[in-house]
Amino acid sequence: MAGPVVFFAVFFAYPVAAIVGRGLQIDGVWQFGRIGEVLGRSDILRVLWFTTWQALASTALTLLIALPGAYVFARLDFPGKQLLRAVVTVPFVLPTVVVGTAFLALLGRGGLLDEMWGLRLDTTVWSILLAHVFFNYAVVVRTVGGLWSQLDPRQEEAARVLGAGRFAAWRRVTLPALGPAVAAAALMVFLFTFTSFGVVQILGGPTFATLEVEIYRQTAQLLDLPTAAVLTLVQFAAVGGILAVHAWTVRRRETALKLVDPAQTARRPRGAGQWALLGGVLVTIGLLILAPLWVLVERSFDGAAGYGFGYYRVLFTMDPSGGAFLVPPIEAVWNSLQYALAATAIALLIGGLAAAALTRRAGRLVRGFDALLMLPLGVSAVTVGFGFLITLDEPPLDLRASWILVPLAQALVGVPFVVRTMLPVLRAVDDRLREAAAVLGASPLRAWREVDLPLVRRALLIAAGFAFAVSLGEFGATVFIARPDNPTLPVAVASLLGRPGELNYGQAMALSTILMLVCAAALLLLERLRTDRPSGEF
Amino acid sequence: MSTTKKITVTALAAALGVSTLAACGGEAKDSADGGATSKTVTLVSHESFAASASVLKEFTKETGYTVKVLKSGDAGAALNKEILTKGSPQGDVFFGVDNTLLSRALDNGLFTPYEAKGLAQVTDEVQLDKDQHRVTPVDTGDICVNYDKKYFADKKLAPPQTFDDLADPAYKDLLVVENAATSSPGLGFLLGSVGKYGDDGWQDYWKKLKDNGVKVVDGWDQAYNEEFSGSAGGKKAKADRPLVVSYASSPPVEVLFAEPQPAEAPTGVATGTCFRQTEFAGLLKGAKNEAGGKALLDFLVSKKFQEDMPLKMFVNPVVKDAKLPEVFTKHGVVVDKPETVSPEEIAENREQWVQSWSSLVLK
Repeated sequence: MAGPVVFFAVFFAYPVAAIVGRGLQIDGVWQFGRIGEVLGRSDILRVLWFTTWQALASTALTLLIALPGAYVFARLDFPGKQLLRAVVTVPFVLPTVVVGTAFLALLGRGGLLDEMWGLRLDTTVWSILLAHVFFNYAVVVRTVGGLWSQLDPRQEEAARVLGAGRFAAWRRVTLPALGPAVAAAALMVFLFTFTSFGVVQILGGPTFATLEVEIYRQTAQLLDLPTAAVLTLVQFAAVGGILAVHAWTVRRRETALKLVDPAQTARRPRGAGQWALLGGVLVTIGLLILAPLWVLVERSFDGAAGYGFGYYRVLFTMDPSGGAFLVPPIEAVWNSLQYALAATAIALLIGGLAAAALTRRAGRLVRGFDALLMLPLGVSAVTVGFGFLITLDEPPLDLRASWILVPLAQALVGVPFVVRTMLPVLRAVDDRLREAAAVLGASPLRAWREVDLPLVRRALLIAAGFAFAVSLGEFGATVFIARPDNPTLPVAVASLLGRPGELNYGQAMALSTILMLVCAAALLLLERLRTDRPSGEF
Repeated sequence: MSTTKKITVTALAAALGVSTLAACGGEAKDSADGGATSKTVTLVSHESFAASASVLKEFTKETGYTVKVLKSGDAGAALNKEILTKGSPQGDVFFGVDNTLLSRALDNGLFTPYEAKGLAQVTDEVQLDKDQHRVTPVDTGDICVNYDKKYFADKKLAPPQTFDDLADPAYKDLLVVENAATSSPGLGFLLGSVGKYGDDGWQDYWKKLKDNGVKVVDGWDQAYNEEFSGSAGGKKAKADRPLVVSYASSPPVEVLFAEPQPAEAPTGVATGTCFRQTEFAGLLKGAKNEAGGKALLDFLVSKKFQEDMPLKMFVNPVVKDAKLPEVFTKHGVVVDKPETVSPEEIAENREQWVQSWSSLVLK
């Protein structure tokens, strides 16, 4: 418990408090009057309103579209399932700059919809909502599907034997068990979309702004720290409110469940209904996720002289005439992997400790800590970044130019994922198993290793996948201290897109494609890591 | 674990820790014999900074200092970070304050005055802090409307050349600009119109542009790569705007980064629509390595660095005898009369201009 608390105090609470304090204090006097002043502005209220409703709509839409997917991935077996599960997570790592490109190609002028039905959605709010679904589809599929695949289907079958209809059995047995996972997924999607930055900036054009965009503008562009501080507090309050609602709905719901090996629960589709569902989900994934990704892949091969590997070849060369980097762009792959591994390790360590502590203890304090862990998802990168700048500037913590700052900042976002994916599973582990182990003479550590670990290994890997993906695609913190001799993939893509010239554009597309491949490969590898020994006899 | 065992382990761990620390310390010391701390000079800049490795090596050879570059976000964000960390800077020299932000930097007292060697070779009109030398001019760039040559040739229409032309109905629905509130070329273009039509005339001009169907997007990337029909990305995206606010250096760069290189740039520059940006560097107050910082400032206005810049950052040198690379002389244009607005006037009115512009154009 102490580890995560210290980590959060030093790398989150302290920097954020410092930057907010800087905005709200004049000569050491707190200016709380500022809060009312800023909140009275009509433009700020408009931003707040838009932020809230688009996040609600995005969350609802994501759940609607992704829950059938979660079922299909959890309960049905079909060829290429693992590959597809990795592919739907790829959007998660794509820099928003690139996603904007892909979505405009899909929804904009001359895009797919335009060709088919003459429909143009760019610069409408629909493009923002759909892009949010694209990004967050995997969140739902992985958190909900992860648990769903471990629920014992025999419980539902028992209900059926006792005379419940198929739907009633699902509603009375499976749905309550899934509740916490669905709530957790909804919470994460909401936090993500509530604090959406790049998507809104690119697809919303200058007309739509979220709180996050506004905070960035006030902090980084206008240096209006008081306004930024108030907005940060507003964001805090909103995120705090959401977390409270979430805690209230989930409380007492996380009960011990009978978990089984996921390999036993998935079957080949049977009956017209399941086939139709599978087909529907595959078509949705194809249109919503594969199509935008395909646009990028296609453009990365589409050179001036026809299709070929031209842009990829350029990536391996040092540009003699001038380029954005001091190294061949391809080296960004290696940099990204190093950062991502470090960030994943930190996130798993901190998140794992926190989740274990939260499972063992209950009480108000612990619940508060649980909520605290989620806060980084709801605080803008620019606030944390600027907070780092003014707090971590003295030995022993002069980390401003240190490479470790990047994985640390990325781990801040990764930890909530680790906690959220592990907690429902850890809480579902029947305490009597631990007690039995203890009675048989196992030390707490050994009991954890023999009882909890086999059950949560899967959740751990899913969490690791998330933390890895978050880090791989993270841009805000990285751009902060990226040095030209070690750019990460998203940073390299952004700087290539920031220069004129066909080769730069092509290289950006090629690097994005490589980023997708690296992410998909890493996630597939994690899926494979699942040991094939049956986990326990239950 | 028994207590004795615990103590042993703790002692071991402590010993390990100490020896590791000692090793690290030793390492630092070893390289410090070469003067690791004093022999590194740190340049803080925005994301667009770039220099050839060979040129930076040259600097090391001449002075003994190694340059470490820290990039922190776009030009506005990078400067604001320096203002926030005033007195405890991240580096020794800051590069990338332009004339639209200069007053903010000077009013905040970020820099220690220093007159760079070789300043005599720098053109007069860019020396905006001549009396105190708190900042040293390094490069200039012109923000201008670019046009897609092919589009206008196909349409048999002469491309626009001036601010006035852009409001002409012949060019209806053809121009895409960046958001002045979030993008540096966007702000530059707005300031260009202020320079041209004055504090009381620019709003009428923008009303005309709006009636003429100007499209506003958030940043340069999107305007250039998604909306502008003359760029590689735009062609693939079937973009339909043949006019975009970009830089005078964009056409030569289009030639430079094409495989194979075309005989002629695909895009051209409307030379009567330009606003001149000048970028400055300065020695940060509280710099750990002042001597190295001064040497670096001297180097930034040396011929070697000045001639390296155009191909790396696509900007123009400020030193009189620096030669432009062939691709720039062949495919670039000379902008004779760019619009300018004084840094003081910009500082005074900037927020208000951007706000009126937003409510006028974005609503």
